[in-house]
Amino acid sequence: MAQHRPFTLLSRILHWTMAVMILTMLFIGIGMVASLANYHWLISIHKPLGILVLVLVAVRLLNRLLNPPPALPEGMPRWQRFAAHGSHVLLYALMFALPFVGWSMLSAGGYPVVLYGPLQLPPILPQNPTLFAMLRTTHTVLAFVLFAVFLAHLAAALLHALIFRDEVFPSMSWGFGSATTSGVHPVVRAAGRPGKP
Amino acid sequence: MSDDRNGPERYGISLSDRRTRARLAAIGAIILAIAGCFVYVAGWLSPNLLTQARVIDRFERVDGVYPGFRRNHAKGVCITGSFESNGQGARLSRAALFRPGRVPIIGRFSLGGGHPQMPDGPMAVLAMALSFRPVGGEEWRMAMVDLPIFIVKDVQGFYDNLLASKPNPATGQPDPAKTAAFAAAHPEFVRAMQVIKNHPSPSGFADASYHSLNAFRFVNSVGETRAVRWSMAAGEPFAPATAEQGKSSDKNYLFDNVIARLARGPVQWHLIVIIGQPADVTNDPTIAWPTDRERVDVGTLTINRAESEAPGNCRDIVFDPLILPWGIEASDDPMLSARSATYSESFRRREGERKTPSAIQVPANHKGS
Repeated sequence: MAQHRPFTLLSRILHWTMAVMILTMLFIGIGMVASLANYHWLISIHKPLGILVLVLVAVRLLNRLLNPPPALPEGMPRWQRFAAHGSHVLLYALMFALPFVGWSMLSAGGYPVVLYGPLQLPPILPQNPTLFAMLRTTHTVLAFVLFAVFLAHLAAALLHALIFRDEVFPSMSWGFGSATTSGVHPVVRAAGRPGKP
Repeated sequence: MSDDRNGPERYGISLSDRRTRARLAAIGAIILAIAGCFVYVAGWLSPNLLTQARVIDRFERVDGVYPGFRRNHAKGVCITGSFESNGQGARLSRAALFRPGRVPIIGRFSLGGGHPQMPDGPMAVLAMALSFRPVGGEEWRMAMVDLPIFIVKDVQGFYDNLLASKPNPATGQPDPAKTAAFAAAHPEFVRAMQVIKNHPSPSGFADASYHSLNAFRFVNSVGETRAVRWSMAAGEPFAPATAEQGKSSDKNYLFDNVIARLARGPVQWHLIVIIGQPADVTNDPTIAWPTDRERVDVGTLTINRAESEAPGNCRDIVFDPLILPWGIEASDDPMLSARSATYSESFRRREGERKTPSAIQVPANHKGS
């Protein structure tokens, strides 16, 4: 049996930190446009948190190039490999695009990009109403796409953890420690079905 | 199912297996639960929830849709000038623009209401919106009106009043039954209207004083916080609005007068910061503060020019009252967040629409200095 290795600790920290941040961002985003009394404090978090996501995804892409992720299990069918690779490309593209479109949209709308207190970012586009309207719509559409891709990603992760029970989920979860000779996380194995199929 | 099985058969899903079915159901339940929370937070399950879109929908229902124009304060003209800070505000707020010096201003005079061609009249609510743009500093935007206090204490009241005060097309007047029902449900509205009726309307934009209405908080360099309201107090002598003005054949007389006034020379206002006491109400703009509160003149606003709304000037600025520099914060008044939210929704809609020229066109020889 081949040696399987998990994601590096840094990769896993980045993954789970960003998972929490991005899910928070999606809920803040959809919640603030429906809210009157909570709009202000929500958008005050949304802007700096979005910029933090943009910084972290750049760190994460660099880390991914330096520490390539473990290979997918050999037995995975081609369509599943394709879906896995495709959804990850999409996730990375959206993690870059959403904060970048948000920043561009605020610039085109003439809004100051306030992070915290006196800390502001410069505009990255000239003020332009048509551009603002286009980017504002794009921001919403991309957020819905990201939410859908996130749900698909989570469903696939759970399929790997609970149904396929291969090394994919343990390679990103906690407690893997160093590489094991078994392809299966001890916790998953313990939770597995006793006896024969 | 053996753990070291690693062939393609691992990646099939056997629905005949009871345990697999249960696990698939669990996965489906988790995904649906998260999606359900999202739908709930989006407000899609709450048709009666008052959202920014529904507030703007109501403006459109009452006033009509005029593409490219603000959904409220639709009729207006751009102004430019500067703010000369005298330094008195620096002990109240650490905002850089309160240090002695001059800050460029882009602003707008407008009338309350969602119709961009509405005729001017003595009962119109006059508004001044400003964007302070210190070079290298943080922007401060504000939207003020000439009413001393606001007519309702929250957005629900504002939303209900929009419909209750909608004129009946047949009579040109609001339905008395609706306005009476609204007044009965909103005693603060009745009290506020009494105060407003005793407050004479100004004859024009130049002699009007404008008020922040909502309370804010100033934070100074040592971290002291004060509840404040502010007024832009007219330097021009006050002249009350008259019924004759309302009979003017010029449907834009308020705007035309201020444009003509600016062509003769700059007009000035004083930014008066009113400092609240701890017991003063900060979350209800219908309640006036006692008149003996400390008032600090922090500087002079000078408006030099009027310009027709056009690309790149005030037309494409949302005068969101929560675009604040460091040193000025929102108070606990929930109306501030609601204003910020609804202004942004109006802005989102109008910026994507085709623009048409506004009713107020400044003659080339009347632009001021």
